[in-house]
Amino acid sequence: MTSSARPGPTVRAVVAGHGDFAAGMISAVQVIAGRGEAFRALSNRDLGPVELEGQIREAVAAVDAKVVFTDLPAGSCTVAARRVARDVPGLVVVTGTNLSVLLAWVFAPDRGAASCDNAADRGRKAMAVFPGGALQEGGGAG
Amino acid sequence: MPVELYRVDDRLVHGQVVVGWGQPLDLTFVVLVDDTIATSEWEQELYRMGAPPEMTVTFESVESAAAGLAAYEARPGNGIVLTGDVDTMRRLVERVPSIKRVNLGGVHHRAGRIARLRYVFLTAEEESALRALAARGVTITAQDVPATTPIPLDQVLAGTGE
Repeated sequence: MTSSARPGPTVRAVVAGHGDFAAGMISAVQVIAGRGEAFRALSNRDLGPVELEGQIREAVAAVDAKVVFTDLPAGSCTVAARRVARDVPGLVVVTGTNLSVLLAWVFAPDRGAASCDNAADRGRKAMAVFPGGALQEGGGAG
Repeated sequence: MPVELYRVDDRLVHGQVVVGWGQPLDLTFVVLVDDTIATSEWEQELYRMGAPPEMTVTFESVESAAAGLAAYEARPGNGIVLTGDVDTMRRLVERVPSIKRVNLGGVHHRAGRIARLRYVFLTAEEESALRALAARGVTITAQDVPATTPIPLDQVLAGTGE
């Protein structure tokens, strides 16, 4: 019997962030899930706000993206993406993105707006510290 | 010195400011000086959204900032005053002569600007404004993040974008 993985939805997203954040995240998605093609990477390196907004706008249009994932809530990518989203109906911006967020979204059945909420929730829940509270309890040093 | 930095940065509130400078300077407040943003709730929410909970962001026009700067200087905690362009900082410094140091943190490419550093591009008018501020005794340096060495204005203006 041939294994036939069901193809994922064709909805795509832009990942934007500092340095090589986006390329690195997409690379990790590709290694783990083989679905890196769902994303287009964009770096804010050496870009002013006008150029960055223009590049996000172009990237969204080029792949008909429905979501822009960004790294820092206070980052220039987030500000620029929200400006673009004001003009592009239905475009969702998710910030504070980690790998769990992208993996949850890329495997969502429709990759729609509700999928973004679910993915963000998965990303929050993926954060953990081992051992938790080690410093406060004076443990973990031995 | 509650206001630790007077910075020109066209990205305004962003990662380098909130984290790069915010952490080592232990910043608790940001004063964003921009005549347009000072009148736009949408713009203010955009920039306020990203700041961490321990950091407040307030919005001022040049005039209101000049009038309120003494209160910011007397406020507990450390702060940063941000403008998005050289002209806004020039107008602020002209109204508040006690400002003696200005940081160029990000003035990026646009038509008519010449590359001076990787993150500083200036028009002839902006260069003149900076020279005029320096002539008034303001020390102007370029420095994107604290880990880099401040670059004096004369060196900035001699740069070619490298």
